[in-house]
Amino acid sequence: MRPLLITNARLLDPASGLDAPGALLIEGGRIASLTGAAADEAERLDAGGALLCPGLVDMRAALGEPGAEHRETIASAAEAAAAGGITTLCLLPDTDPALDDPALIEFAIRRGEATGRVSLLPYAAATKGCAGQELSEYGLLREAGAIAFTDGRRAIGSARTMRLALSYARAFGAMVVQHPEEPSLAAGGAATEGELATRMGLPGIPAAAEAIMVARDIALARLTGGHVHFAHVSTAAALDLIRAAKAEGLAVTADTAPPYFDLNETAIGDFRSYAKLSPPLRREEDRLAVLAALADGTLDAIASDHQPRDADDKRLPFAQAEAGGAGLATLLGVTLAQVHNGALSLAAALALLTCRPAALLGIEAGRLAVGAPADLCLIALERAWQVKAGQLPGKAQNSPFDGRALEGRVIATFKAGRRVFG
Amino acid sequence: MSGFTYPILPGRHLLAIEGLQPPHISALLDLAESYALLNRQGKTQRDLLKGRTLINLFFEDSTRTRTSFELAGKRLGADIVNMSVSTSSVNKGETLLDTAATLNAMNTDLLVVRHAQSGAPALLAQKVDAAVINAGDGTHEHPTQALLDALTIRRRKGRLQGLVVAICGDVLHSRVARSNIHLLSAMGARVRIVGPPTLIPAAAARLGVEVHHDMRAGLSDADVVMMLRLQRERMAAGLVPSAREFFRFYGLDAAKLRHARPDAIVMHPGPMNRGVEIDSAIADDPERSVIGEQVEMGVAVRMAVLDVLARGLRRNA
Repeated sequence: MRPLLITNARLLDPASGLDAPGALLIEGGRIASLTGAAADEAERLDAGGALLCPGLVDMRAALGEPGAEHRETIASAAEAAAAGGITTLCLLPDTDPALDDPALIEFAIRRGEATGRVSLLPYAAATKGCAGQELSEYGLLREAGAIAFTDGRRAIGSARTMRLALSYARAFGAMVVQHPEEPSLAAGGAATEGELATRMGLPGIPAAAEAIMVARDIALARLTGGHVHFAHVSTAAALDLIRAAKAEGLAVTADTAPPYFDLNETAIGDFRSYAKLSPPLRREEDRLAVLAALADGTLDAIASDHQPRDADDKRLPFAQAEAGGAGLATLLGVTLAQVHNGALSLAAALALLTCRPAALLGIEAGRLAVGAPADLCLIALERAWQVKAGQLPGKAQNSPFDGRALEGRVIATFKAGRRVFG
Repeated sequence: MSGFTYPILPGRHLLAIEGLQPPHISALLDLAESYALLNRQGKTQRDLLKGRTLINLFFEDSTRTRTSFELAGKRLGADIVNMSVSTSSVNKGETLLDTAATLNAMNTDLLVVRHAQSGAPALLAQKVDAAVINAGDGTHEHPTQALLDALTIRRRKGRLQGLVVAICGDVLHSRVARSNIHLLSAMGARVRIVGPPTLIPAAAARLGVEVHHDMRAGLSDADVVMMLRLQRERMAAGLVPSAREFFRFYGLDAAKLRHARPDAIVMHPGPMNRGVEIDSAIADDPERSVIGEQVEMGVAVRMAVLDVLARGLRRNA
């Protein structure tokens, strides 16, 4: 492959603070120079002033493979990820079968490599079968390439199991990712408990179900010294607890997903099952608290929380419909909406999508640095588009953002120097 | 019924009371009142829905509501088919939209739906050409029940505005309570809900009602006492420790009823659990109980609803 010089770009690297017009040279799949210097034989690409930043690191996505390929496959998800500017994708293990065996971890990594579009980093099941009982083989799974441990969208409900997981994972330098929802309070629920759920006659999940689990696991992190990471945090009360735990110096981190700072519970009005998510959409006060936590650093990352569902999963009475929303193609655009409306700076927003999740995961990604892999994303910041379920890249079309007008679109994505989108 | 101004509902379906404005409700009640009179006179209007097909699609057992709709439809001359779909085969859900497609192919005009899931009639309404009438969906709404309750109250009390109505018992799981709260509040009644905290929905006060956990305070000076059915499975779920404890504190008996106004009426949507939420002596007291009249008004209200919706149908019979 000939070297490629991307000229006339706005280079933005949130990790180093670089934000300047310039050119970037790709050679041998890596970033060779940020100075504009290039050999004569290099291919040239005029970026037309567009933003060139590290490819996105999405630390949380469920894919349909293995077990639910009718919803999404690794290949179709990789297509959607590339279109969304994502070059590193972390795969949840609550598949069928669950990723609780080293061979399955190796399988997932190989399937990711075969797409040529993304690095697919699988989580391993924190417990065998993601059943919440016995710990899986953390050491062997780490050797096979597991990025961290989680039971995906199932909460590790037993305090004893969580204690063991946090303790044992320390030996292998991995974090345990929790779906923070007290299962006995959440059982059977379809929406956040409150006025709207009452009016709609939907079984509610109290917002406190999240804070209770976060409070418990912070206490267990303190007890064990283990690193707990809370996924898709969505309530003000839980964020306050996480903020305090960080101030105390505990190994506690957290992410959220675009629905929780872009939408509130009213999106489920008229029994719109595409807005049925887990955790459920919250009240407006909680949405604002999530935004504040993104701005003040309490939240470490924004993940797509991609959960592919097909029409048969969703075209059901609300309480029977499956929870989950497609998120790969909209991760960047919905996050940029908060830049355009002034809630987040561009560098802070991109840091939450690139270097900060990369640092959490301990991977070499999410930076514009000489020698780093040339995983890049070229963005037309002002380009307007509309989310249309049915026309999204990839297989999963269950976007909770259907109809949302966005500003900022990926025009090209590079994986290890190769153009994989645009 | 020439010369009558027919009320127009805001949409082509009747899925909920929430969203209806007082003029819609008053007009529906006025029309129902006239049907109640005709029914008592033994007159029928068999030409109104002649050639129209009404399907009673019941995914949940209900003799009372289904029969009431059937009678209402027959009195207006509709062709009626009753479909009871066993819940077990519907749990997979796919059947619901399959059923919708089937009914559409049969050119159904009016579709009366009862379903155990909140929002199921709304989902069907998106997929069928027929006018859909919600005959009770999960814990969401039961609009015709609220209309028949309002008509019964209006006939007994002459008005709805300003009345104190206490809705008592398992409000959390009650679609009847939700529809009544919306309707009575819209019409200017003062609505109280009374029950143990475990059976009162979250943020209930945000619905514009007063919440009471003590029957004596809740019934104090009430004009109307509306009791709700307590299902046995609520005890299994631990929401109420036992039937006897519930009856002691929240069952309507003569002693508790004394706190209401001396002319207060007692209502129940049926079927009753005697000795759980209501004492037989009260349920059968002709001076207080209007439960029989509720059933009678049910037919009249459903005739009015069918009449109004049939007039909005695009396809002419």
